[in-house]
Amino acid sequence: MNREHPVLETRDLTIRFGGHVAVDHVSCAFNRGTLTAIVGPNGAGKTTYFNLISGQLRATAGKVALNGEDITRMSVPARTEKGIGRAFQLTNLFPSLTVRENVRLVAQAKARKGFDLFSIAENHVELIERAEHVLAEVRLLDKAGLAVSALSHGDQRKLEVALMIALGPQVLMFDEPTAGMSVDEVPVILDLIRGLKADADRTILLVEHKMDVIRSLADRIIVLHNGALVADGQPAEVIASPIVQQAYLGRDPDEIESAVGETANA
Amino acid sequence: MLKTLLSGDYPRSRVLSLVVLAIGISLLLAPFLYPGTKSLDTAAKIAIFVVLVASYDLLLGYTGIVSFAHTMFFGIGAYGTALTLSSMGPSFTAILLGMLAGAIVAAVFALAIGLFSLRVKAIFFAMVTLAIASAFAVLVSQLSGFTGGEDGLTYRIPRELTPGFRPIKEKLFGTAINGRLIAYYLIFFLSAFLFLVMLRIVNSPFGRTLQAVRDNGFRAEAIGYRAVLYRTTATVLSAVMAALSGSLLAIWLRYTGPATTLSMEIMVDILLMVVIGGMGTMYGAVIGATIFILAQTYLQDVMGVAEKATEALPLISVLVAPERWLLWLGVLFILSVYFFPAGIVGRLRGQGG
Ligand SMILES: Nc1ncnc2c1ncn2[C@@H]1O[C@H](COP(=O)(O)OP(=O)(O)O)[C@@H](O)[C@H]1O
Ligand SMILES: [Mg+2]
Repeated sequence: MNREHPVLETRDLTIRFGGHVAVDHVSCAFNRGTLTAIVGPNGAGKTTYFNLISGQLRATAGKVALNGEDITRMSVPARTEKGIGRAFQLTNLFPSLTVRENVRLVAQAKARKGFDLFSIAENHVELIERAEHVLAEVRLLDKAGLAVSALSHGDQRKLEVALMIALGPQVLMFDEPTAGMSVDEVPVILDLIRGLKADADRTILLVEHKMDVIRSLADRIIVLHNGALVADGQPAEVIASPIVQQAYLGRDPDEIESAVGETANA
Repeated sequence: MLKTLLSGDYPRSRVLSLVVLAIGISLLLAPFLYPGTKSLDTAAKIAIFVVLVASYDLLLGYTGIVSFAHTMFFGIGAYGTALTLSSMGPSFTAILLGMLAGAIVAAVFALAIGLFSLRVKAIFFAMVTLAIASAFAVLVSQLSGFTGGEDGLTYRIPRELTPGFRPIKEKLFGTAINGRLIAYYLIFFLSAFLFLVMLRIVNSPFGRTLQAVRDNGFRAEAIGYRAVLYRTTATVLSAVMAALSGSLLAIWLRYTGPATTLSMEIMVDILLMVVIGGMGTMYGAVIGATIFILAQTYLQDVMGVAEKATEALPLISVLVAPERWLLWLGVLFILSVYFFPAGIVGRLRGQGG
């Protein structure tokens, strides 16, 4: 790995849908071992920015680089293999399979066993163990045998995160991981993110609306507005910055928390 | 041992285990249990169709791909063997070469279709396969100098597989030991082997990946699987299996024509067998093929008897006339889909009641 480059970098990253510019010349670098919170109202382009990084969408202009390597034209699976992990805002699982099988498939992808045609999948005990280890981390081990469709919304969100974690990626992108979770389920995910953050090799991008969460986890906040990056810096600094105050929120600092909270509930 | 044979994928229902076992034993002992040409023909057809239907289940049930070109691959295998037997004469070399050629041609066709069209929407893929299969059927009937056209090809098979070959003069349990019996067992064991190979494939890491791609191709890509490659490989494997089953049919019938291999009617039959048996289960192919072919073969006989018995009741007698067997098969199909949406296997395993 090249230590001179930031782990992840976007340069003038742009995507247009017809006349609408959803992500507008966003240049930003993310360093190893940092957690960056990405905030902005609904429709600001946060999910679209993620899609450009993990490859679900192709950029109209600009560049995405991972460890200095240009990955702008790479396919989704290729980027995944390079170490980009993604948990989706809208739960995106394998609904007819069991919880264990969902995670086992990730472990199997990571072990590059997908084209093994003639061994019995159940005999690859190490993959099942890996899956169960991750399920224990997200407190889903007791539900390993259930079909995904039988899970509650909160448990599906946990599994969504488990699928990314099982990949063991360098870059972890969480898109509103706690949205719609009940109050007692949120700490499981937050503890998990905190634990991942403790590993200095990981780079975490977190889209989140809850200010208290951001304050306790983030090393840095970037603000997207109408697809453009409008603020970037230390959490306290960004929250207090004039651009966020006036151009973006137009209120005094104490109200920001409730404003961001409102967007989350909208 | 059993685990290795069944790849750890047991029927998982007592009734299903018994039914599958009963079908397996009946087919294994068919020449002795049900002597007679018609019943042996039926048994051979069931064995061959188990492979054909299972190969379609690999595609439809496990990978979620709807294709109407399955009979084309079945036909490619049958014609491959028919052509080598007609041109090279009745030898085992001809059979082997025919099977190999059929499988390779099927694989190349499937690869081309897969790579060119599996990136598009499922419905478009289904349409493409329908168009290609229709064009292929027209082509086969037009090239009559080569394929025998609508009349098809009649050819001889190695003497060791014909009724005239009698290695032992004595009968065994009242059944003559002849080449026909050898041909039957050749087909039975090859079919059983191919079925077990497919059962292994669907339970392999690859087979599990197919289910992931079927369930959510978008997420499968996001965890690192290239969906198109998996879909294409499944299409190729399924085509090769269909071609091999076609070769078996060509050996058994000593005749290959559009009606026995390429017709849309057979395509619909395959679909019905998969759905009735239970998609994505493999065992569904065994049950679906057995029930369907038994009904197809004997429903008309039963109805003939019923028509005689109800001669006094005009309306009922008309309804049960043998010509209406397709109507009753349709009714059977609608009832089974209505009551067992997950197929017979799904029902027996206690899902989707
Ligand atoms: N595939 C798409 N086609 C057209 N417009 C899109 C597409 N994806 C996102 N958008 C638009 O881009 C804007 C940003 O959306 P999104 O990234 O989901 O916002 P956020 O995640 O910040 O709430 C929205 O106006 C949305 O309607
Ligand atoms: Mg979003």
